[in-house]
Amino acid sequence: MPGQLKEVRNRIRSVQSIQQITKAMKMVSAAKLRRAQDAILQMRPYAQKLQEMLQNIVSNSTGDSDMSLADQRPAEKVLLIVITSDRGLCGAYNMNLIKLAKQTIREKYQDQFNKGNVTMMPIGKKGYDHFTRHNFKVNKGYRDLFLNLSFEDVQKASAEVMKDFLDKQYDVVEIIYSQFKNAVTQIFQVERFLPIPKITPEPQVAGSHHSDEKKLKADFIFEPDEITLITELMPKILNTQFFKAMLDANASEHGARMSSMDKASDNADELLRSYRISYNRARQAAITTELTEIVSGAAALEG
Amino acid sequence: MQLEIYTPERKSFRGEVYGVRLPGIDGSFEVMEKHAPMVAALVPGQMKVLNDKTHFSFYNIKGGFIEVLNNQVTVLVEGAEPTSIEK
Repeated sequence: MPGQLKEVRNRIRSVQSIQQITKAMKMVSAAKLRRAQDAILQMRPYAQKLQEMLQNIVSNSTGDSDMSLADQRPAEKVLLIVITSDRGLCGAYNMNLIKLAKQTIREKYQDQFNKGNVTMMPIGKKGYDHFTRHNFKVNKGYRDLFLNLSFEDVQKASAEVMKDFLDKQYDVVEIIYSQFKNAVTQIFQVERFLPIPKITPEPQVAGSHHSDEKKLKADFIFEPDEITLITELMPKILNTQFFKAMLDANASEHGARMSSMDKASDNADELLRSYRISYNRARQAAITTELTEIVSGAAALEG
Repeated sequence: MQLEIYTPERKSFRGEVYGVRLPGIDGSFEVMEKHAPMVAALVPGQMKVLNDKTHFSFYNIKGGFIEVLNNQVTVLVEGAEPTSIEK
């Protein structure tokens, strides 16, 4: 009996120390999340406006300018940028991203994949490990971007991707990442990076988007001129888009870790409760047995 | 006309103004009420926001872009620091 008691006690202790770790990790993630969230929320309107501006120019341009970054080629060589995290213990976060990447391949690029023309560019160690282990074609250049998330480094990565696109090494580039919505919700999504999608004015639903329609048809003055403007604007926008995706992913990662660590702490609580019950039960059983022994011993002496 | 200033950091501005003077690639220019739709590239320099005909404020901006559409001016710069004095 005492042996069993000790075992349960040990188990309680180990669960307690695990819980301490998960609780601490939750706190750390919460703090990091706050910072990441601030960064992304401040970045977002800027990125969105830049995007709108680009789409205005692209859809208003006559098409003969230097639009090589919006060049639609038949998708033969595909680059998938998969943004995962460097560290684990964040629930299903990384798995969901990898799953989404595979699903994208299956649904959109199966033929290219069979020909070995789909390259993965994993950012974050988890995705890198997974794709190298499963023998995907991997471009390993920028997997360490998260170590020190700075606009400058991200800019280098996106510049290289743009260069590869212009050199026709890739025909389509897509980013797979999770958009940050709130601490518990991440929206896993695939976003087209290159070529820049050309927006075509869609038939508007009665009145509601009237201003959008006007926007598309507005006759813009370009200053100094269209070509300079576009060549200036495009890389900037793509950098921003890339950086935004990174910030989104970063915030999502911390959110995912926070909620999964929260859940882990809860589970530890539950586990502790059931262990405590069995501990108390074992203790009581030991006492009862001891008492019975004493009582029956005394009875034997008397008799 | 409505003016909005966006930067990657939050320090954005939004409000009704009389006009705004900006450093374009080809030189300084000013946007006033009912300007035609325009997209222009900006160089680092000073931006002058005219709240009305006599009151104005200055910002030091880094490079960026401006879009004018339907009396709505959107300034996208990589940084905008308010300054009190004109250079």
